[in-house]
Amino acid sequence: MIEITLEHYLILSSIIFTIGIVGIFLNRKNVIIILMSIELMIVAVNINLVSFSIFLQDLSGQVFTMFILTVAAAEAAVGLAIIVIYYKNKGSINVEQISSLKG
Amino acid sequence: MDYAIVFLPLIGSIISSFFGNKIGTKTTLIFTTLLVSISAILSLIIFYEVINHGYFSNRLIFNWISSGKFNVNWSIYIDTLTSVMLVVITFISSVIHLYSIGYMSHDPHQARFISYLSLFTFSMLTLVTADNFLQLFFGWEGVGLCSYLLIGFWYKKPSANAAAIKAFIVNRVGDFAFAIGIFLIFLFYQTLNYDEVFSQTALLAQKEIVFIGIEFNLITLICLLLFVGAMGKSAQILLHTWLPDAMEGPTPVSALIHAATMVTAGVFLIIRCSPIFEYSVTALNIVASVGMITAFFAATVALVQNDIKKIIAYSTCSQLGYMFFAAGIGAYHVAMFHLFTHAFFKALLFLGAGCVIHSFKEEQDISLMGGVWKKIPITYTLMVIGTLALTGFPLLSGYYSKDAIIEFAYLKGSTVGYYSAAVGIFTALLTAIYSWRLIFKTFHGKYNNKNNKITLIHESTLVMLIPTAILAVGAIFVGIAFKETFIGMGSSEFWGQSILFLTKFNQEHPPSWLVVTTPTIVTLSIPVSYYLFIKNEKVLNTLILKNKFIYNFLLNKWYFDELYKYIFIEPLKKLGLFFWKKGDINIIDRYGPDGISKIVKILSDKAVKFQSGYLYHYAFIMLIGFSILLTYLIIS
Repeated sequence: MIEITLEHYLILSSIIFTIGIVGIFLNRKNVIIILMSIELMIVAVNINLVSFSIFLQDLSGQVFTMFILTVAAAEAAVGLAIIVIYYKNKGSINVEQISSLKG
Repeated sequence: MDYAIVFLPLIGSIISSFFGNKIGTKTTLIFTTLLVSISAILSLIIFYEVINHGYFSNRLIFNWISSGKFNVNWSIYIDTLTSVMLVVITFISSVIHLYSIGYMSHDPHQARFISYLSLFTFSMLTLVTADNFLQLFFGWEGVGLCSYLLIGFWYKKPSANAAAIKAFIVNRVGDFAFAIGIFLIFLFYQTLNYDEVFSQTALLAQKEIVFIGIEFNLITLICLLLFVGAMGKSAQILLHTWLPDAMEGPTPVSALIHAATMVTAGVFLIIRCSPIFEYSVTALNIVASVGMITAFFAATVALVQNDIKKIIAYSTCSQLGYMFFAAGIGAYHVAMFHLFTHAFFKALLFLGAGCVIHSFKEEQDISLMGGVWKKIPITYTLMVIGTLALTGFPLLSGYYSKDAIIEFAYLKGSTVGYYSAAVGIFTALLTAIYSWRLIFKTFHGKYNNKNNKITLIHESTLVMLIPTAILAVGAIFVGIAFKETFIGMGSSEFWGQSILFLTKFNQEHPPSWLVVTTPTIVTLSIPVSYYLFIKNEKVLNTLILKNKFIYNFLLNKWYFDELYKYIFIEPLKKLGLFFWKKGDINIIDRYGPDGISKIVKILSDKAVKFQSGYLYHYAFIMLIGFSILLTYLIIS
């Protein structure tokens, strides 16, 4: 059986991170998917933090991860709330139709 | 006292322009007129002092420019020549201020008008009291400006605006030459003060210089350039076209500026510079020739004009020609005498014409007048006096000055002198004919005006008639009163240092046939004109029909305006259009401001496309930027 080393964890996290990024670009449907992609990216970073914490024998990385998870939960709540308000106002959360930033 | 003469009109002008609305129009008018009148009285006192005690003063106001060798003062320089001009300017000006109160009484901008008049008086006074060429030039431009403002006083009339601009631009031609003349004087004399310039002239008389590739005598060149300036201001032929058009301004303006004072500034300049002109025979001959041609030309044009003010304007032009050829033959004092008398009778004629125009409710065409001499007897009498004085009827002022010019020209004994005398006599005849034509057409014959009922024609108010009458008194008596002083035996003492004669004048008495000729011609022309213009118009009409070409030639003022339009205005307009369309729009704008703004617009249009408003675009660009940054950091 192959031993699972740091590289594997890093590759896993970068794959998840890339999936998150690509999820933002390629998604043409729903704002919620963007939110989910961002969540994925945060998770990828968390994996990085945890794996390095084990690699360096330092617990503070895992403590950080706990904080980040908490904040991410709060952020997700806020993000979803924004989306709900947005839907109430515009009647759609289709990404294609959100372009009010255009100058 | 000297300061008061010059600065009272300025004070009047400032007060009426800035505080005219606060203190009420009527107060302003009276106050300003009063100030100018005080100035006139003081001038008369100075004139009296000059005649009896040879008064002379040069008061410094302040040092204007002092830079290296260049030293110019503001000063009030009063000698005989200046004192004569002071009397003419302030006296006529105060009379015309008074007249304007009546003439402009229906105008809503009387305070502005009176303020311009006073400002003009001030400028003219600075011009004549200058002791150097720069201050003279300041006054010269000042009167030009006031002339512009006053011609265009009724700025709602497009023709008045056009005339004002024309006067300004035509004068620019003369002023350009004048300025070059002043530069030349400074270049070779290293000073602009009269005293120093005049005392050095004899030393430079033989100097030759090369100017625009041609070799000139320095003095001749300076004189000619100064003379071109004088031609512009004094409406001599070639630069005369602005004067008739300037009649668009209110009549008091025509009387003050375009008859009595400003247009004589050119003559004044020549006389003031007599110490320079005396050293250049060529320049004097040219001055005399231009004067002769102008006198003759303007008189012929005046023969056929129909606008009452234009006739008088051409007459002014013609009389200025007389003054110039008098100066050109070296009889500066006679030129000055004619200037002096002319100021009175020409202002009188203009004011009289103003009364006539007023009576006819703004009608200026003399073919639409006639037969009203019984209705307006005072105006009629005053106009007749003016006409008699202008034509040189014996014992009136014009007789003394104009005949003196002709006699002096004859006595000069040179070719130019004889020509001048001949032209002078012939022009005197023309002057008599056109002046009487004006009188007969305006006051005699049938009443031709359909717009106004003859019963409604009435005299002007006293405030207009009194100033006119004062001038009439002047027109009758100044000739006989000042003849001895100005041009008599003792005149050289009177003029003192202000005029230089290199050659003494022939003191002989002119032949008696010459003395008699002009008055006879002038007197005979009265019945002749009466016959031609009133009794038997058929003769005149057949004459016109037979000589249609000449008639049209004169009616169109020798086609000068058309000629200028063809030679200067049209090509310049085309050139201007070319520079505007091709140069400005197609080259400078296209590659300059327009081009740059176009590039900026294209670039920003491109930049705008980045800003799609889609979240995923922004995120994508962020990612790309981030990767580039990262790549760079890893590689380096």
